[in-house]
Amino acid sequence: MTIQMINQTTAWENIFRKDFPILDREVKPGIPLIYLDSAATSQKPAVVIDTMDRYYRLTNANIHRGVHTLAEEATAMYESSREKVAKFIHAPRTREVIFTRNTTESINLVAYTWGRKFLNAGDLVILTEMEHHSNLVPWQMLAAEKGIRLEFIRVDDQGELDQESYHRLLEQHPKLVSFTQVSNVLGTINPVKVMTDQAHEVGAVVLVDGAQSAPHMKVDMQDLGIDFFAFSAHKMLGPTAIGVLWGREDLLEAMPPFLGGGDMIKRVYLRSFSPNELPYKFEAGTSAIAEAAGFGAAIDYLNSVGMDTIAAHEHDLVAYAMEQLAMVRGLRILGPEADKRGGVTAFTLEGVHPHDVAQVLDADGIAVRAGHHCAMPLHDRYNLPATTRASYYLYNTRSEIDQMVVSLEKVNKLFN
Amino acid sequence: MDDLYREVIIEHYKNPDHRGHLDPYDISFEDENPLCGDHIRIDLRVNGEGLVTEAAFDGHGCAISQASADLLLDSIIGKPVEEIKKLTKNDVLELLGIELGPVRLKCALLSLKILKAGVYGLGEASDELVEGD
Ligand SMILES: Cc1ncc(COP(=O)(O)O)c(C=O)c1O
Repeated sequence: MTIQMINQTTAWENIFRKDFPILDREVKPGIPLIYLDSAATSQKPAVVIDTMDRYYRLTNANIHRGVHTLAEEATAMYESSREKVAKFIHAPRTREVIFTRNTTESINLVAYTWGRKFLNAGDLVILTEMEHHSNLVPWQMLAAEKGIRLEFIRVDDQGELDQESYHRLLEQHPKLVSFTQVSNVLGTINPVKVMTDQAHEVGAVVLVDGAQSAPHMKVDMQDLGIDFFAFSAHKMLGPTAIGVLWGREDLLEAMPPFLGGGDMIKRVYLRSFSPNELPYKFEAGTSAIAEAAGFGAAIDYLNSVGMDTIAAHEHDLVAYAMEQLAMVRGLRILGPEADKRGGVTAFTLEGVHPHDVAQVLDADGIAVRAGHHCAMPLHDRYNLPATTRASYYLYNTRSEIDQMVVSLEKVNKLFN
Repeated sequence: MDDLYREVIIEHYKNPDHRGHLDPYDISFEDENPLCGDHIRIDLRVNGEGLVTEAAFDGHGCAISQASADLLLDSIIGKPVEEIKKLTKNDVLELLGIELGPVRLKCALLSLKILKAGVYGLGEASDELVEGD
């Protein structure tokens, strides 16, 4: 499937939709679902659902212990999902891929282990004003505990990171720079590679929140040159409750374990333990095994479509959406031009609260998100209590955007 | 949806009767819905007999939260403070005349939560205040 073909099919037909059973449902009798909330969580293709179903019907066993056939099969499946993840993000080593519950837990893991061990009072951590709460609160907690300093790269009026403010902060010799690759509100794609090089020049470690990038574009750990990367399966066609922390081997080796318990140990005595090797050192307790199976199937599916194809399709949708939304009276889109953003459009509609916008759209079967999208400081930055957000994925079409616009006109009629 | 945005709700949202602040006031309390950032402040004046003589609200939020605040204040002016303590979820829903799912219910009940926390002199508005029928 070439990029050109995708663009031609978006207007009237989308060859991926049939793979997603939920897209057949009606929200209310006679009103089909228009799902524009993939930035919150994506829908799942049948292969993912079937893989998890099959796992429970045929394979279910605990992993890494027991030698019976089911345990062997379950372990092999779990570890093959880890390999798929490693390949998907082009990690140098599979043992650098740690399964967590989600992006949030991945970032907390770094704050809790690396942060606690290597950051001291007065040390500077650089974040940005556009971060999701999951890349703010763990560092705030660490600041309260250890007295580290937090500074924030400013977001300019176009919704891009103010690189000048970043450079000024770099002069203060930060120990860590942690930021999102794609904003879940503005859609902004941040220049990870350049920013990472600059951070490394002053000796800082770089953590990138990949929650909104890994699902939508090629992400290559070796090319980006970063140190940590966090993302969630549920936003990339996979199940909930499984996510990934990728980290550079030497950093992970130097970090103390996260949670203590089974699986993460090599040897336990009554009063002490020695930790297991990577990646198990960070995977205490029974893992999300069925979810790992589903995650593996999701990655296979994404690979079969191709991340470049997905990125091109979303770019087409977001460019079209921005053009169409701009024609709705009183509507203002946050963030940069289409060429600089992922498949996210957050907007305000003059005189109407986002909840009311979302509610009227829901009546037409259109699922969008209203609120602060777990980025309250970013909304403060724009002096907005909330926004409405439509986000797009490979299964969305231009005609769905048309229907959203029709529905937004209804909102205007009702309220303005 | 047409039910949800009944004319009375849109009307009270666009042209509230009780928007503003009271100065001085006898009771004032404000809080927000952490899910959506809706914010409401309610001021009351109470006379020697414990009757609410004046009431005002301010803040921002969706049509449901703002209209319910306006309707709620409308309904308590002239009433004894003790009666406000007995108000529940159902009283607000009756005022609005609509049915709501769990998420929007929080919007509708924000003003009652704040009102009751203020009347009870509590430091914090909790969901428990609006439970019961
Ligand atoms: C940019 C960003 N970071 C982090 C998260 C948190 O993801 P999760 O809830 O899966 O941990 C999200 C998802 O809402 C996000 O959009």
